[in-house]
Amino acid sequence: MRYLRRKALFYLVAVWAAVTLNFLIPRLIKGNPVDAVLAKTQNMTPMSPEARRALELQFGVSDDPLWQQYFGYLGNLLRGEFGLSVSYYPTPVAKVLSQSLPWTVVMVGLATVLSVLLGITLGMLAGWRRGTWLDALVPTTTFLAAIPYFWLALVLLYVLAGILGWFPLNSGYSYETTIGFNWPFLRSAVYHGILPAASIVVASVAGWLLGMRNMMVSTMAEDYVVTAEAKGLRPRRIMIQYAARNAVLPSVAGFAITLGFVVSGSIATEIVFSYPGIGMNLVAAVANADYPLLQGIFLVISLAVLGANFVVDLLYALIDPRTRQAG
Amino acid sequence: MATIETQHDVTGEVVPGVVVPTGRPRWRGLLHSRKLVTGLGIVGFFGLVAVVGPLLVGDPQLVSDDRLLGPSAAHLLGTTNTGQDVFRQLVVATRGSMVVGLVVGVLATVVSVLVGVVGGYAGGHTDEGLSLFSNVFLVLPGLPLVVLITDYVQTRGALAIALIVSITAWAGSARVLRAQTLSLRSRDYVDAARVSGEPGWRIITFEILPNLLPLIAAQFVFAVIGGILTEAALAFLGLGGAGSWGTMLYFAQNSQALSLGAWWWFVPPGLAIALVGAGLALINFSLDELINPRLRVARRDRRTGRAR
Repeated sequence: MRYLRRKALFYLVAVWAAVTLNFLIPRLIKGNPVDAVLAKTQNMTPMSPEARRALELQFGVSDDPLWQQYFGYLGNLLRGEFGLSVSYYPTPVAKVLSQSLPWTVVMVGLATVLSVLLGITLGMLAGWRRGTWLDALVPTTTFLAAIPYFWLALVLLYVLAGILGWFPLNSGYSYETTIGFNWPFLRSAVYHGILPAASIVVASVAGWLLGMRNMMVSTMAEDYVVTAEAKGLRPRRIMIQYAARNAVLPSVAGFAITLGFVVSGSIATEIVFSYPGIGMNLVAAVANADYPLLQGIFLVISLAVLGANFVVDLLYALIDPRTRQAG
Repeated sequence: MATIETQHDVTGEVVPGVVVPTGRPRWRGLLHSRKLVTGLGIVGFFGLVAVVGPLLVGDPQLVSDDRLLGPSAAHLLGTTNTGQDVFRQLVVATRGSMVVGLVVGVLATVVSVLVGVVGGYAGGHTDEGLSLFSNVFLVLPGLPLVVLITDYVQTRGALAIALIVSITAWAGSARVLRAQTLSLRSRDYVDAARVSGEPGWRIITFEILPNLLPLIAAQFVFAVIGGILTEAALAFLGLGGAGSWGTMLYFAQNSQALSLGAWWWFVPPGLAIALVGAGLALINFSLDELINPRLRVARRDRRTGRAR
């Protein structure tokens, strides 16, 4: 399985790159995070050197040589130590993230899976029935693809929740319920999640649809599709078994690009809905110069995206036998 | 969005059996493309507003006592909660967003050509290294990385933001360009040039780049869309600096425009982003169709959809 080895190696490199970027960015960019915090909190009173030193230690500003800091940082990561959050002081960053991550993973994950399935199905049909009304979807989706996720979320929230009152205005669940595996909580979580998820699906489906449609069109000119037609197979079977099966491969291979867009878009979507996920943490971190939390968020999102891509690459090996022959 | 015409998996290996469209582009066909004309019209209009608009309207920050008014003759798009004119803000913000988009487009394209074309042409270890580099950047989530960098950088201006956003906008294009360069590299005319002793940089400049032009143009347009959208998201998170449409949305969100029912405040900026993005995407499609004529929407081609 040469393919799998290569993939695993690649993702190891990618994880290392994410971890190292996370370490280097604060240290490469001139300026001391402590100054930034003071500037942000409008704290103009002079600090005693001791107080300042305490803050610097907490932010990891130190005079040790860089390699020593690097290994200390790696050791901390392995132990799950991300430091203390400023905005949720004195909660550790790891705890803040463990509370918000499930919300994001479930909601954005479901929305992404839905969007992929819907986009690929519609793209397959639009490519197959080229020149019919289905293909007329393409210009419409062009417009959809260009809409900022969070703005679509704002408009949906305004119309469906604000004016019509069909959906709750904010949060991820009703505060009258207690979080856990109980029916009232789960029901309210689903109810609160419909609108954010729907806005992500509507905004992201276009990318999948267009990619699939174009690959479908290219695939349909291949000899094996012509042969299948000549054999008189049912069109439906040709479409799914012959054309779509091959046309879907680039969409799966290009998953990384689109997933990046979806994750980025979802962060801003959460803010619109005050959804208790990673996106809300990010806003708090930006507003309060909460660098430890910011770095934790970057790492967690990176690892989640890398993990999802790795899984998709494994799936790719299952649906494309050529990857297995290559190794 | 650009079509995902990857003939490569994430590690950049060629997936055999997929036809990469080739051949010299026929530029003349472009003039007959309705998509292109529409797209250029939309983008041209916003470009014009970006250049001359801010000179024609008054101060967008001017506070007045007319708070939260709906659209009227005096205020075309109503006013904000501090009595600022939304239409003025929209016009001035056009410049911010368009500048960021343009700069990101240029920077990302330059980097992707350098990485993708040079890597694809050179092959060997250079290619391995550059591919790995762009693939890693491709799988790292862009926005969180940009947020992280922007938050540490203390200078905030349209150019600084554009520079940071570009970091995440080049990798996908580099991969697409590399794939096409690999296919062009083995053509007879390139071999002929190589045998006759042309230096590598000359072959890249005069034999390969001209054939990549439509693809590079499509990637440029794609990067501009990405730049505008990423900047909008950044500004919405409170890391704006370009005075853009995203900045407007940030203030609208923070001033509870939604619960105050001030739709005229948060609808126009998002609509403007979507319109520019759609215009750019239309240009992108017409370029894709130029590269791959099969993609054209056929008229009355009922059964197979094969290009004739």
